[in-house]
Amino acid sequence: MSTTTHSAPVLHLEGITKRFGSLTANDSITLDITPGRIHCLLGENGAGKSTLMNVLFGLLEADEGRITIGDQPLLAKGPKEAMDAGIGMVHQHFMLIPVFTVAENMVLGSEPGRAGLLSISDARARVRELSERYKLDVDPDALVEDLPVGLQQRVEILKALAGGARYLILDEPTAVLTPQEIDELMAVMRALRDEGRAIVFITHKLREVKEVADDITVIRRGKVVGQATPDASETELASMMVGRDVSLQVSKAPARPGEPRLVLDGVTVAAPSGAVAVDDLSLTVRGGEIVVIAGVQGNGQTELAEALLGTLPVAIGTVTLDGVDITDAPPAETLRAGLGYVPEDRRRDGFVGEFSIAQNLVINNLREFANRGNLRLDAIEANAIERIEEFDIRTSSHTAPLNSLSGGNQQKVVLARELSRDLSLLLANQPTRGVDVGAIEFLHKRIVAERDAGTAVLIISTELEEVESLADSIAVMYRGRIVGIVPPDTPREVLGLMMAGVSYEDAIAGREGSGE
Amino acid sequence: MSTTVIPDAPVRTSKTVESPAKRRQRLSSGTLIAIVGLLLAVAAFTSTGTSRIALSDAFDEIKLPTIEVPAVPVVALAAAVLLFVGGFFVAKRVPKPYSTWLGVLAGVALLVGFIVWVAADAPLPFTLTNQLNGTLQYATPIMLGAMCGVLSERAGVVNVAIEGQMLTAAFTASVVAGLTKNLWAALFAAVLAGVLSAVLLGIFALKYLMDHVVLGVVINLLATGFTGFMFHQLVKDSPDLNAVAVMQPVAIPGLSQLPFVGPILFVQRPLSYIAIVSVVVVWFVLYKTKWGLRVRSVGEHPHAADTVGINVVGTKFSSVLLGGVFAGLGGAFFTIGNSGAFQTTGVTAGNGFIALAAVIMGRWHPVLAALMALFFGFSRQLAQTVGPLQTPMPSEFLQALPYLITIIAVAGLIGRVRGPAADGVHYVKGH
Amino acid sequence: MSEAKRVEEAPPKDHKPETKPKASYSKWLNSAAVTFWSLVLAFIVGSIVMIILDPEVGEKWGYFFARPGDALGASWEKISLTYISLLQGSFGSWVAFTETTAQATPLILAGLGIALAFRAGLFNIGGQGQAIMGAIWGAFIGFTVKGLPLFVHLPLVILVGVAMGTIWGGIVGFLKAKTGAHEVIVTIMMNYLAVYLLQFLLQRPAFMAPGRNDPIGPVVEWSATMPRLAGSRLHLGFLLALLAVVLVWWILERTTLGLRIQAVGLNPHAAAVAGINVSRVTIVTMAISGALAGMAGVNAVTAPELITSFPTQLSVGIVGAIGFDAITVALLGRSRPVGVLLAGLLFGALKAGARTMQVRANTPSDLVDLIQALIVLFVAAPAFVMWVLPFLRQRKTSRTPKPKAVAA
Repeated sequence: MSTTTHSAPVLHLEGITKRFGSLTANDSITLDITPGRIHCLLGENGAGKSTLMNVLFGLLEADEGRITIGDQPLLAKGPKEAMDAGIGMVHQHFMLIPVFTVAENMVLGSEPGRAGLLSISDARARVRELSERYKLDVDPDALVEDLPVGLQQRVEILKALAGGARYLILDEPTAVLTPQEIDELMAVMRALRDEGRAIVFITHKLREVKEVADDITVIRRGKVVGQATPDASETELASMMVGRDVSLQVSKAPARPGEPRLVLDGVTVAAPSGAVAVDDLSLTVRGGEIVVIAGVQGNGQTELAEALLGTLPVAIGTVTLDGVDITDAPPAETLRAGLGYVPEDRRRDGFVGEFSIAQNLVINNLREFANRGNLRLDAIEANAIERIEEFDIRTSSHTAPLNSLSGGNQQKVVLARELSRDLSLLLANQPTRGVDVGAIEFLHKRIVAERDAGTAVLIISTELEEVESLADSIAVMYRGRIVGIVPPDTPREVLGLMMAGVSYEDAIAGREGSGE
Repeated sequence: MSTTVIPDAPVRTSKTVESPAKRRQRLSSGTLIAIVGLLLAVAAFTSTGTSRIALSDAFDEIKLPTIEVPAVPVVALAAAVLLFVGGFFVAKRVPKPYSTWLGVLAGVALLVGFIVWVAADAPLPFTLTNQLNGTLQYATPIMLGAMCGVLSERAGVVNVAIEGQMLTAAFTASVVAGLTKNLWAALFAAVLAGVLSAVLLGIFALKYLMDHVVLGVVINLLATGFTGFMFHQLVKDSPDLNAVAVMQPVAIPGLSQLPFVGPILFVQRPLSYIAIVSVVVVWFVLYKTKWGLRVRSVGEHPHAADTVGINVVGTKFSSVLLGGVFAGLGGAFFTIGNSGAFQTTGVTAGNGFIALAAVIMGRWHPVLAALMALFFGFSRQLAQTVGPLQTPMPSEFLQALPYLITIIAVAGLIGRVRGPAADGVHYVKGH
Repeated sequence: MSEAKRVEEAPPKDHKPETKPKASYSKWLNSAAVTFWSLVLAFIVGSIVMIILDPEVGEKWGYFFARPGDALGASWEKISLTYISLLQGSFGSWVAFTETTAQATPLILAGLGIALAFRAGLFNIGGQGQAIMGAIWGAFIGFTVKGLPLFVHLPLVILVGVAMGTIWGGIVGFLKAKTGAHEVIVTIMMNYLAVYLLQFLLQRPAFMAPGRNDPIGPVVEWSATMPRLAGSRLHLGFLLALLAVVLVWWILERTTLGLRIQAVGLNPHAAAVAGINVSRVTIVTMAISGALAGMAGVNAVTAPELITSFPTQLSVGIVGAIGFDAITVALLGRSRPVGVLLAGLLFGALKAGARTMQVRANTPSDLVDLIQALIVLFVAAPAFVMWVLPFLRQRKTSRTPKPKAVAA
């Protein structure tokens, strides 16, 4: 294997342009992918990185430009041709079938067996052989949906390698991993590079780029805006990525915490599957402070948020808001009790895309905008015009469907709706996910302003940047429990260890023991 | 390569509690079973004398004795079993294999109790062989229709059109049988009609991205309109086309001589044999072949299938077409398979919809769906078998029973079933 | 860089052309054009089927190359005779026109029910059963209660029939909301239950016409019959159907319930998060849907016939295939009240003209069913219509592919 990969030629993308209607997602991008190197594609959410890689992998057809491997043009009409040419891809959203076993997923598309019959024992053997060769252990008979995300990603990588990938694309692979798992992934990437493979590593996290990249290409709004070397500073890379100087830190006054407003006492929540997701969790949030729950995705944060809102039942324990028991109250009641809720998955839970901005702005507060069940259309319109102004929502009209807005503006609508009510608690789960930097700053400012107005603010975030810039105190969550509550200036390594379940004391000790 | 062990990515804790949905389902199942038990207990006291259950009928070569049981104690015992199982479910969580077995026990108790109660003090014995033989016969088109449903839904195409597909096939079979006087040619034509209707389903669902359920309803209407129009225009006044022979039951030499089992399983109409074989074939194809793996993958996660180079639309289309074969066979049952010439009074009688119900209740699995089809067949035949016994129950009630039980089963016992994840979802490359 | 500039060049993920009133107008125009051409296509396909299957015309096509005039002439004659008699039967005279309104009444009522359910994301295949329940109990009150004045009796009949439809639909909503039972399966089964109940009742003395042994109900009292314009089939039911159109429009566009129904239909997750009780909305929507279908059933047993001026007596086929016809009406009307009204009138006209067509042109009335199905097929598959008629594509100005899950 390694003899062939060593001689692999350079993969060359020349002037790739991809348009979606009036929008140019990739604008004449030229890129070299060299075997034996890790090439980082750095760019904001929506900059066009994934579109480019989907073109390379044959999932999308470019409008202009060409791709060559050495002297050979690559005519990938579909993933099959791309794979035959040695391109493998680990997708951001895993391309695994949850109800299939690891072995079935691994052989799908190139199944072993004679005369159309499927040989599961051969499939199993293939998985074992691969995991042996790359020292990535997986159980061929496990159902993918039962595996933790880290292992699912391992299956994805093995699947790409099984196709004989000489050029391996990893699309935002670190989003779902703990810092320790990220380190391990980077080790895997280096090892594969040293075997002579080309690695394309797509990310928007500067730290990771600096740590692992050999080459860096920065993409902004569909265009290559520059190349950089790994010794470029984070601020340099950030300003290239965003197109202007950015402050990575929100300036905010120190918190003046008041009375406890949200009190969780021994709360246990089960996921719909019955698995305990939040395990005997106690937490207090005071008025005028921002508590950020930090943790790797899938440690019970989503279930906690849903239980507070009332879409998941609280199995054990009590939740009080301003002294009122809202344990197990349905959303209609918790919202009336003063909960402002910004859901994690905006498109799914945050709004009705076909509804107008005006309708979405009142959807969870219909009583105020109706008279005995009849809508007060003028009041709804006036409210919309006011909020659009106040929250700087970019739109042609308040009657525009929300689907027609950008992610940042959609999130502004959601936040505007919540903040326009009189809140006791603002609960925001991943408030800036998939939002451009300009809107992030705005959203952060509004959240801080709400804190300063005396509201208790509880943020759930998996992004350390966001955790650090917003938190007055950080509660680290791991496997449904709070591992510890630490101040916002806690070093990242310590937070990282805590996010893997290590207690604060051990994390501090471990850092001093191994680090310096 | 690093050999350090990566700690598994954090998962939810290994503890589980019973989710409210499961709990509700358990309680409602338990209550339901207990209520049925209670009804049976009341029934037990209304019955008198003995129940006679015949294991062979007058035409069988080997006569088996007619079982006579005292009605009251047997019905009471069955009621007790039901009450016990129901109470058990209500009282505590039952782990998986045991809950299934308890459910089966309750089902058997209900069946025995009901039959004994119906047959109590009746002038004629309850003929078990007739009941079971008829079950298979009624179940035949439902089974075949269900195989059509399983194949297309597993590939992610919701199929509400089974009824229309079968209707088209039934009509075609009748006309071709009238024209050629050859039943096998007619059967072949029916299959062809089933496949053609599947082509319509496939093209509009996969190429023109029409909503699958709407499309299904439309195909049913088209089938009604088209067959009706053709029938009135061409067939109705032609004595030739209306003279249609029927496939006669075939006794399998040797096996049909077996006592009890023989007359039930081995003296059937050809399509019933074909139906049973079909279930095995569909199961094998879906779970043991490369194509089957691909079909299941495009129904679950078409995007993932695309990334490994599978032709998503092609795979879906092929599965829908294969489904058409079974819809064609099932449709043929309503004319040449069982009753003769086509009529416009709804020869398929909603069996396509029942087949769809069987698919969903059978959780999109061919064998389970076939079992559900047998259940429907059983309760239909029950209305026939019980009819002459002069029971206190109106026959409409017995006829309505399978539908009532389906509602109860879908609502109480099955609840939210998880079908293929991408069922009914359009797949467009690059979106 | 200014903020405004950034938005202009918004990232691909969520970018779509901002909707302007002009764009939505052209979208409406386009959808109207597709609907119109769907109708035309359906009638063309209907003509082709008609010619191919007509033995006499087919014969002339046999010697087309010898005497093409024969074949073409015969075909034209067949087609024009069929469609003209269809038109005469539906709009050719005042009586024909009132027949159209009478045929449209149940279609509009039940169609509104199906449409409302569609808007909540529910597929009510149970219009049939709900209409049967309405018919059974409306008729029951109509022929058992005697001696009441019209303005008491008829409302009572309507109330009871509608209430039974409400219950029959509400049960489905309840089961869906509380247990997750799929409404398509449950409604199909509920249809059978209603049919067997009707069959059962029609053999009980209380439901049998005096002096008859076949399953047919007694004639309802005159005080339970819809008042009509003398000598026509225009009766109060049609006015009630128009009223229902306004009512459903009002619910959908002007009330919190309507906004909730639409939110649940478009995005149940977001609706739940916004504090909308999805279960309650599901139950209420199915109940209203059932009520409207039930009203269609009441109409079937209270609408006076042209000649006898008595309503049709209760029998097994009393509501026809209203459940499925209503689905086509809702689909053609794009689940909007005014659309349902127009679609109901169109299909009502087809039904009204079918008899005349069968008698005068000797074309089986099944042609109407066929055309009805084809119309819905084409309307629901605009991509197909645009493939057949490519000139429609240019009108679709805002047709850009949605770059949904691809961008970073």
